[in-house]
Amino acid sequence: MNSRLPQLSPEQMQAFGQELDAIRDRVLADLGERDARYIRGIIRRQRLLEISGRGLLFLGFFPPAWIAGVAALSASKILDNMEIGHNIMHGQYDWMNDPALSSRQFDWDTACPGEQWRHSHNYLHHTFTNVQGIDRDIGYGVLRMSDEKPWHPYYLLNPLWAFLLAIFFQYGVALHDLEVERVLKGKREKRQTLRVAKGIWRKTSRQTLKDYLLFPLLAGPFAALVFTGNLVANLVRNLWSYTIIFCGHFPDGVQQFPKTILDNETRGQWYYRQLLGSANLSGGRLFHIMSGNLSHQIEHHLFPNLPAHRYAEISTEVQGICRRYGLPYNQGPLTRQFGSVLRRIFRLALPGQRQPALPAAA
Amino acid sequence: MLMNHAKQPQTALLQRILRSRLLGALTYPHSIDGYLEAIHPLWSAHQVRACITAVRHTTPDSVTLSLRPNRNWAGFLPGQFVQLNVVIDGVRRSRCYSPAHSAQAADGLIELSIKAQGTVSRYLYEQARPGMVLDLSQAQGEFYLPTPRPRRIVLISGGSGITPVMAMLRTLLNENHPGKISFLHYARTPHEVIYAAELAVLAAACPQLELIPVYTRQTTAPPGSGRFSAAQLRSLVPDFATAETFLCGPAGLMSAVQQVWAENGCSARLHLEHFTSPGATQDSTDAIHGEVVFARSERYVANNGRSLLDQAEAAGLTPQSGCRMGICSTCCCRKSSGTVRNTITGRTSSEANEDIRICVSVPIGDVALDL
Repeated sequence: MNSRLPQLSPEQMQAFGQELDAIRDRVLADLGERDARYIRGIIRRQRLLEISGRGLLFLGFFPPAWIAGVAALSASKILDNMEIGHNIMHGQYDWMNDPALSSRQFDWDTACPGEQWRHSHNYLHHTFTNVQGIDRDIGYGVLRMSDEKPWHPYYLLNPLWAFLLAIFFQYGVALHDLEVERVLKGKREKRQTLRVAKGIWRKTSRQTLKDYLLFPLLAGPFAALVFTGNLVANLVRNLWSYTIIFCGHFPDGVQQFPKTILDNETRGQWYYRQLLGSANLSGGRLFHIMSGNLSHQIEHHLFPNLPAHRYAEISTEVQGICRRYGLPYNQGPLTRQFGSVLRRIFRLALPGQRQPALPAAA
Repeated sequence: MLMNHAKQPQTALLQRILRSRLLGALTYPHSIDGYLEAIHPLWSAHQVRACITAVRHTTPDSVTLSLRPNRNWAGFLPGQFVQLNVVIDGVRRSRCYSPAHSAQAADGLIELSIKAQGTVSRYLYEQARPGMVLDLSQAQGEFYLPTPRPRRIVLISGGSGITPVMAMLRTLLNENHPGKISFLHYARTPHEVIYAAELAVLAAACPQLELIPVYTRQTTAPPGSGRFSAAQLRSLVPDFATAETFLCGPAGLMSAVQQVWAENGCSARLHLEHFTSPGATQDSTDAIHGEVVFARSERYVANNGRSLLDQAEAAGLTPQSGCRMGICSTCCCRKSSGTVRNTITGRTSSEANEDIRICVSVPIGDVALDL
């Protein structure tokens, strides 16, 4: 591990873990009416936004209606995917015992099948966050996002690949669990690949049918306006979710880890890795909601199962703990964090390594 | 045979549109209901929802609710029950209640009488207000009046077990049932009888109804007193063996009645409904041992002989659950190995990879669950 990382003694590490456990236990014991009202309110707003967005697009011959329709549908898809889908599928609301909010049953308005997401994201990414060679969210199998990843001429186009991934983000996410790069190297069993591919095909084709065939056809003479409206709304959602998600683990100062860190990792060390491997975005309440509270990426990685709307109030405590243990708490506005992500994408297009460093030590 | 809910044609058409594959494809991957309920809490293409229209407290510890269901309600057969879902402190909980209204009632309302015991019932007792919207299931259960109606009928109920029997009685009287109906109701004291006033009126007005209240805490009041016994039954309803009998009440009354009917060789004529769980605890005859493994959450606990649902919750898990009495299958869960006993049927099962209802399954030795 990087020797410049802040070091904690085993006793400190244990105490650090216990303090975070205590936050989790306290919030879990406090779950109730407030959380239920929050998520139901968000879902209700999302559904009304979707109904009005799709309705306005039918009146798309009137340009302001088309623009308002695209805006409402984009916002609806962003809410559905981020604050609702992502968080429900983490099991944040399983305690409510409501089949409509159950992590096992929920599916979202995007190309990726919920079931596969639960495996690639909830299990692989959240358990092995930022561990090189295991966490496939480092570069999603197509980008070079880590100095340790060996360079190859393919990565000269790293910025182009990143741009294409942003444009087609929902399909990139959908193909994530297919692990194409492992299939190409023959590392994956054919039958499993086929099963995953079938699931992606089923979900993606039904999404396509809905947005690009049925709704346009229903609009009759205005089919083209509805088609383009849906296309733009999906694009807006893709770009926004890509931006937020890339700011979670790739800004300057975020650490990546070698596989050896997993050996005998304690609970405290696991928290430590999640903290150093994540970065937050600062902003207002609406910004946090529209980013699915992934702007509180640190809190989300420490407590992926706590309802995300609680992260804001937890974050002051987490920051206090970090200060006391001398640990960095990586947080910045969207422009700064995303700027540093873009720099990384461009820098890693070229061969060579730079010793990753904490901003304080740089 | 659902009598009073012949659907109006426009309702049927609307329902067909709402349930169509086209709307399913347009709202995919969500259900149309998620959009309808965002507009109005009672709207749904599939789900029965009902709005409370009246709340009455007829006895000190019970509440009677009138509910106006949405158009998905398919009616009920007198004696059947519904599963009612309420959200208490954010958590969805459910319990089964038998509607007490007449299947012939013209007002379309569902009537539930609820005794304030248990989390859900106490919540409804304290919090139910006109205007509240509740989620319920369609009517279920095998306990209902057969068609054609048997001529001679005996109804036996105890405590809040009166509700399904009340639905039967009201329906029969609405139908001008020609045969004799004997209604034995067991309560501790007269003022605990939920429908006391209405029953008195009915008994006075309907010559075919023989109302026999029995007060177990009172030894003097005529005509019946004391707990159920064969001798008491013979003196109150001498011809019980030739009647069709419908029974619902607490476990003690139920088993006493069942025994008398068995002794008289007429068990086939006794129809009954368990309205409380027949005890989700292991018999003392089985030694309690072994370990319960909750594989997905990587937790294991020493078997304490209670239901797997209780043990999972005690271990800090939050498995889905509904009725907690083996009816709704909400808690259905894959058992990968081990032996469980069904507390309702008493049967044991050792099959690997079977789906079991964990609220009525107790582990016998080691059990592994996919939870």
